[in-house]
Amino acid sequence: MNAAKVIGRVVATSKWKTLEGKTLLLLQPTDWNGKPSGDMIVAADSVGAGAGEFVFYVKSREACFSWLSGNKQVLGEMPPLDATVMGIIDGVDITDGKAGLKNENL
Amino acid sequence: MKICKVVGKVWATRKHACLKNRKLLLVVPFDTETQKTKGETVMAVDLVDAGEGSVVLVSDEGNSARGMLDDPVAGIRTVVCGIIDETLLDGKHRKFH
Repeated sequence: MNAAKVIGRVVATSKWKTLEGKTLLLLQPTDWNGKPSGDMIVAADSVGAGAGEFVFYVKSREACFSWLSGNKQVLGEMPPLDATVMGIIDGVDITDGKAGLKNENL
Repeated sequence: MKICKVVGKVWATRKHACLKNRKLLLVVPFDTETQKTKGETVMAVDLVDAGEGSVVLVSDEGNSARGMLDDPVAGIRTVVCGIIDETLLDGKHRKFH
């Protein structure tokens, strides 16, 4: 899982049925010190993250699994996602000498 | 699997249910020869109670992670699944704790 900052939202009225009801966030991936790295991505939100918050997200097939309700991998229920926000970061303790990222407005 | 070094911890109160009560560690790929870390720092779920500074075995593959967690729909891919005692390369032993 990687860190990112929520920088916006995406609205799409017409979308694949398994995407319905999911909040799509615009994320700027960052390192664990909060420095932006790479291009922004779109991710589904499973925790209710707000703009400006640091979050962590999971990439690839695991991004779909977080949305399954039962205990089985039902292909038809899997939303077409390649990133899902899995948590809001309270704090990071990192030993590289620099301060870890922090959500200041919590 | 990769040899990594634990370089930090992450706290999160609000997180997905599959991460409940899980320890979240920051790991970086570690070169045992030069004793240096290199590459991207990622967050991994700790399953072996590794401490900060430990040299660990990290699996970055979802199916193995789901197997270890015994949860077929866990949204977890990267897990710390071993603490490395020693490596042997070119006849040289290196101990890590």
